Amino acid sequence: MTMHSNTVSSAAGGAARGVDWAATIKDAGLAAFVALLLTVPLVGLRTVDRPTGLGIEARPEEVVASLLLVFLGRLGLGLIRQGMALPVLILALACAGVGLLLPMPTQVLRLVLVLGGGVIAIRAAMTVATGRSKLSQADRDKRMDRIAAKVQHASRYIGPVAVAFAAVLPLTPLADRMILDIGILLLTYIMLGWGLNIVVGLAGLLDLGYVAFYAVGAYSYALLAHYFGLSFWVCLPLAGVLAAISGVLLGFPVLRLRGDYFAIVTLGFGEIIRIILVNWYQFTGGPNGISGIPRPSFFGIADFSRSPAEGMAAFHEMFGLEFSPLHRIIFLYYLILALALVVNLFTLRVRKLPLGRAWEALREDDIACASLGINRTNMKLAAFAIAAMFGGFAGSFFATRQGFISPESFTFIESAIILAIVVLGGMGSQIGVVVATLLVIGLPEAFRELADYRMLAFGAGMVVIMLWRPRGLLAHRDPTILLHGGRNPAATGAAK
Amino acid sequence: MSAAPMSTDKPLLTVEHLTMRFGGLVANNDVSFEARAGEITALIGPNGAGKTTLFNCVTGFYTPTVGRLTLRHPAGKEFLLERMPGYRIAQLAGVARTFQNIRLFSGMSVLENLIVAQHNKLMRASTFAIGGLLGFPSYRKAEHEAVELAKYWLERVRLTEFADWEAGNLPYGAQRRLEIARAMCTEPVLLCLDEPAAGLNPRESAELAEILTFIRDVQTPQGHRTGVLLIEHDMSVVMRISDHVVVLDYGRKISDGDPEHVKNDPAVIRAYLGEDEDEALPPEVAADLNMPPTAGQAGAGQTSAQKGA
Repeated sequence: MTMHSNTVSSAAGGAARGVDWAATIKDAGLAAFVALLLTVPLVGLRTVDRPTGLGIEARPEEVVASLLLVFLGRLGLGLIRQGMALPVLILALACAGVGLLLPMPTQVLRLVLVLGGGVIAIRAAMTVATGRSKLSQADRDKRMDRIAAKVQHASRYIGPVAVAFAAVLPLTPLADRMILDIGILLLTYIMLGWGLNIVVGLAGLLDLGYVAFYAVGAYSYALLAHYFGLSFWVCLPLAGVLAAISGVLLGFPVLRLRGDYFAIVTLGFGEIIRIILVNWYQFTGGPNGISGIPRPSFFGIADFSRSPAEGMAAFHEMFGLEFSPLHRIIFLYYLILALALVVNLFTLRVRKLPLGRAWEALREDDIACASLGINRTNMKLAAFAIAAMFGGFAGSFFATRQGFISPESFTFIESAIILAIVVLGGMGSQIGVVVATLLVIGLPEAFRELADYRMLAFGAGMVVIMLWRPRGLLAHRDPTILLHGGRNPAATGAAK
Repeated sequence: MSAAPMSTDKPLLTVEHLTMRFGGLVANNDVSFEARAGEITALIGPNGAGKTTLFNCVTGFYTPTVGRLTLRHPAGKEFLLERMPGYRIAQLAGVARTFQNIRLFSGMSVLENLIVAQHNKLMRASTFAIGGLLGFPSYRKAEHEAVELAKYWLERVRLTEFADWEAGNLPYGAQRRLEIARAMCTEPVLLCLDEPAAGLNPRESAELAEILTFIRDVQTPQGHRTGVLLIEHDMSVVMRISDHVVVLDYGRKISDGDPEHVKNDPAVIRAYLGEDEDEALPPEVAADLNMPPTAGQAGAGQTSAQKGA
């Protein structure tokens, strides 16, 4: 009913430029009433642990605040629809400014003003912006596509610059412990994103359990080091092989499934691995995890500690440097940078090979692939195994960096984040993964104080992307081989 | 008007007693026929006659319930298609197909579509991606050859200027032609086309007929000629270019022979037009069947055909 009155009034408002105040306020009041019904039990009553037992505390202030938020928000939305976007924008900004700057009697009121004003201001600004431009939705889509294509083309130049920047970063005075740690974290996720991109972006198989291979890699190294005392450099390839084997083992029964069914089974596989790790107490340490995982040495020649063990040279002595605990961090940083670049190079190259082209063809139409004599099972298994191997590498790096792993690190949310990075960046786009990682992992790191709102912002971001760029931020595919050497402008111009 | 059929002793494809059942439904019932290299064999019949099912059996998408499908290569090798898994039929036996509703890799470029079709050859040349990853020259040479073959077929189907386009952005008729080119890039001995003229305008149909006769008549680099198996509803195309027509109705073969023979076969006329003698034949159907007004030896459809024409 509210929707109906809205569309009617907006149509009328658009024509006559008049504002139907009564209907708008009624609509906002109705929304506030619904909010009242919801907030009284959900927000208004809070259970508190008292010495006498569990008690209930009423929170009228919060209820009133949320009602006010809903009422004003809905009112603002209604006014924006009736062509009052600019006044609403100014008012909302003023509200947010007042809330931010002037002293407020309660914290809740400040939150209402800042949050409500901010959200409505953004919404109004959007309407003002889109109202000014005379582009249709399709035009805007096309324009975004052209931007994506430009970024893709520019990545030929941006790529090396970014790599060079990443390579010299630890040597600049900018690099302190925190910057390097964040860099390592980002690169780990970039590597995982690139790895998953092989399965999801190229082969078109929706894998919801990628973290399982990450876990296999991490536990392979941890357990091999724990039980057999093998070093990181021996375990790194072994972890990759073991993860690849687990990928093939999963792939064999599963690859005959398609689409959603496939996704659900991979989701299950991810959980199975985690639950095995939790429950096989004698072998994996269960929920306690494995601690004391050895740190990597300098390619087996030197150690990064101040006084290395028998038969090992010290890194700082070997190179005549002052001892610094940062050396190890810098080394880890370069290690993950190299690993990530290996994945990237592999993907860039394999796209131009029959293997990569067959993956993309499978994504497009797997029945047609069969009619051309392509062995679909083998191709999909190869994609799965290779992506799993890279996941395994990343996992063993994770284990050696943390020094401690437990099943806690390999929950479904990790899979979801890696998948979100791939989807957000644009399936199959290498540079998209980097951009998305900066957004999904980098922003929350930069705004640590707002950690409580992380999932909220994450969800909102995903919704916005789904609305505006359903194929991802930088989804644009260039042909892997050209006959006319790019002379034909229609080739890229006509791209959907 | 068609070239004289090559008189090889043994047919390229022999279908014997093919029966395909889906539960209680018998889609193909004891169908036997032969298709020769260097000939266009057309498979016609009313809707639901089991033509596409038969195609799916030949190309390995279905395994027939009963029957034997023998494919003889010019070099003498024999393949029993009903015993091979789907993709192997295309890979080893050299049977390529197109689909009733076009199945291109629409997000990939036209050229890439044709390169993917040469997957198995290139996969071997790149030593299963390892040699390719390391940049071995043997792979580069193989890829160059693959592009040359793709160029050859692009030229034949007049798509050279669209080579770098996204396949999904091509006009409909061009997509049909690209699908045929893609099938030919697998270098097949038998090409199976499922209604290639569906949705084409008369000019495009004529172009298609030209492409098909070219495929039939040209000598492949391996020194043999390609056999074409064709499902088609457009009778003008069928009657003009095919050397041999097989008619199915309700899953059974009701007629088999050259176009002239089939055209005048009373059983075929009955299947297409029904049994009722008194009913007038719609003029467009008569024109499609290309029935001469005086044609008539015997049969149920003869009188009505005369009336209509």
